[in-house]
Amino acid sequence: MLKRLGPSVVAAGDATAPELFASKLEFNPPAHGTWNIVHIGMLVPEAHQIYVCALNCMRGVVLTAAEMGARDRFSCVILKEEDITKGKVEEVTLRGISDVLHKLEAHAGLPPCVLVFPVCTHLFLGINMAHVYRELEAEFPDVDFVRAFMDPISKRRLIPDQRLRKVMYDPLPACEADPRLVALLGSDFALDPDADLRILLAKGGYDFRSVHDCATYDEFKGLARASTMLCTYPGGLFGAKKVSARLQRRLLYVPSSFDYAEIEHHERELCKTLGIELPDFEAQRALCDEALERVRVVLGSAPIALDAVAHPRPLGMARLLLEHGLNVTEVYLDAVNPEEADELSWLRDHAPGVQLSSTVLPELRVAPRVRDRKTLAIGPRAAWFCGTSYFVNIVQGAGLWGFAGIRTLARLMLEAWESPKDPQDIIPRKGFGCPSCF
Amino acid sequence: MNRSYRILPTYTGDVSGACSALFELGGMVVIHDPSGCNSTYNTHDETRWYDRDSLVFITGLVERDAILGNDQKLVDDVVDAALELKPRFIALCNSPIPFISGTDFRALCKIIERKTGIPAFYVSTNGMHDYVIGAGNAFAQIAQRFVADGAPRARALNIMGVTPLDFCTSGEVQALHDFAYDAGYKVVSCWAIGSSLDDLALSAQASVNLVVSSTGLLAARVLRERFGTPYVVGTPVGTFSQVLGAALKEAELTGSCAWPCRDVREPAGDGSACIVGEPVAAGSVAAALQRDAGPMRVVCPLECEPEMLSNCDVRAYGEEAIEEALAGASLVVADKFYEPICPPAARLRVWPHFALSGRQCFAQERDPRLS
Repeated sequence: MLKRLGPSVVAAGDATAPELFASKLEFNPPAHGTWNIVHIGMLVPEAHQIYVCALNCMRGVVLTAAEMGARDRFSCVILKEEDITKGKVEEVTLRGISDVLHKLEAHAGLPPCVLVFPVCTHLFLGINMAHVYRELEAEFPDVDFVRAFMDPISKRRLIPDQRLRKVMYDPLPACEADPRLVALLGSDFALDPDADLRILLAKGGYDFRSVHDCATYDEFKGLARASTMLCTYPGGLFGAKKVSARLQRRLLYVPSSFDYAEIEHHERELCKTLGIELPDFEAQRALCDEALERVRVVLGSAPIALDAVAHPRPLGMARLLLEHGLNVTEVYLDAVNPEEADELSWLRDHAPGVQLSSTVLPELRVAPRVRDRKTLAIGPRAAWFCGTSYFVNIVQGAGLWGFAGIRTLARLMLEAWESPKDPQDIIPRKGFGCPSCF
Repeated sequence: MNRSYRILPTYTGDVSGACSALFELGGMVVIHDPSGCNSTYNTHDETRWYDRDSLVFITGLVERDAILGNDQKLVDDVVDAALELKPRFIALCNSPIPFISGTDFRALCKIIERKTGIPAFYVSTNGMHDYVIGAGNAFAQIAQRFVADGAPRARALNIMGVTPLDFCTSGEVQALHDFAYDAGYKVVSCWAIGSSLDDLALSAQASVNLVVSSTGLLAARVLRERFGTPYVVGTPVGTFSQVLGAALKEAELTGSCAWPCRDVREPAGDGSACIVGEPVAAGSVAAALQRDAGPMRVVCPLECEPEMLSNCDVRAYGEEAIEEALAGASLVVADKFYEPICPPAARLRVWPHFALSGRQCFAQERDPRLS
């Protein structure tokens, strides 16, 4: 039986995975740094996005593009009531997309790639999107049409952003592999320049590329030449598996982790596969321990709250900090990442008092958002719930990877502790790390 | 094709409009939707979300419940939350999938009201209309259900149709109150920024209602029907404020409704000068500017009623229709987001509109002649 501190909070010692909380009404905290499907789609260079949906649903995506300063890469087709009641959704979808493309052709020329996003309505009405794409491809033979989807109602299956991280790579063509090229797939963020993976690959003489390095659509398609593909982000794994299988490439899943042993395991696997000399793991561990000790000396017993928006391994992050003498008191997450089952088990045994809190349940809308002590937050949601100005502003793991990633996290924690930020200005911004008008 | 938008964003939708209208009234708004509506609303359509608690939720509708018609989960979740949070009322909003499946929201409201003892009502929405419809319907429900009987007092008014979607800064809202004061009126309530549900419940005490945006029209009509209160349609802008003040007094005296933002304007002729936006505000600005800039045509991109516009104005839904309406213009007054579809030779006077450009409207520098 789950023992709850409140309907929206459970002590780690009493938590069970993966569902921590019952499904209820949900509110949406004003922390919008996570990338949405518009942000992700914009990674494909020179691509244009077209959404087909009702007005209210359109508003969020069209203004996402506008806030990125990318209105010229986004168009839409509005569905109305009569399209549904008169059975014209398919026709409006096809004609609308075609119309947008003719207008684009007249203004700035056709884009080489168009990401098309039908929605829940298309799913429920059984719209024949295969027919729509056949017609579009016949009319615009020089355009690659990417079959994306914005159907959040299908949340029990793969969510839209997971599928987008697959279909956005569908244009990568079958081609001869380059044995010295390694590509990163499925990550919204580029890896940091000092990330262990980059350093190891450079030492081994490999060319390492990702969508972030591609300025043109042709360069993007050139990622297909990579003989080895890496994936570091759990939300990108489905796509990376599909793409690498289609192109018959080797895939290594090397998720960003806070566990020294797991990092070593991944680095050993990479080095063995690609014939790269192993790094000095003892030295790497020692450097991380030193960095975290510096944080401990400065923060002392100050409470630390972190969230699952900051990194897909929030429990692993909590464990690392606790093991190094830091005082993690709260973790904001709504479910446990299956990759973190061991971390939850460790917390249950070693830090049973850490509070695991939902971020969406209704009572949290009116929960007090102040703490009686200076609190460090890691992640925007934790910062908002704690009402603190001392926060590390990262989402989705940013570009952290490996031992260098841990040291970067330690540095960011110290910076955040010493330099307060204005949360009301920063936290509501969308898509941290993306181009933004703000 | 009037459904396709090459570069122009869409206006705020009906669901966000309903949430915005009810935000400050102490109720609980529940959107029957999978996920996106709440995030869209509080990111792009709501200026008060960060630091002001308001009970706006989604049901998190999933495919299986939609297909199997599992409305019980909605009822249970709403009842649980309402009993915990004790809102003044419960408002349910629709979205495209429950619209397709024909969910009976009025019946659900009856069940929820019976189980909680809290007034529950449906705001007619489905995600396929603009905010004027959603906010208008929400205000109308408040007017119908919560305004108590009362005797009107002389020189007392309600300001109707005030949401951040049309009045996005506190200065703009304060200007409405200042106008009322200067015109010799006491404000009974402001629908619905800065007034509580209890304040709105006293609205029958007003001798006249001032409708400052099209979102307030339906509620003003309800109050007209219930209490006979006349309404005057217009927003105080520049020299038009005097006209509006006089119209209020005339309406109070005669009991007749008036549309000065539409009726005092000279015919706009060839459309060489156009103003694009919400029709009450646009008509009022056009009226204020006509002595200096000549008559202007109001181009209305929203779902307003025909009587909102004069014979010379144009309803233009969608990017293509708006582009056509502006084709002959040498002067355009509009949000900066309209710039890409303005005729190349036209002069654009920037008139920011939160319901179009969202948070980016705050970065636009409003033409000083439009305040």
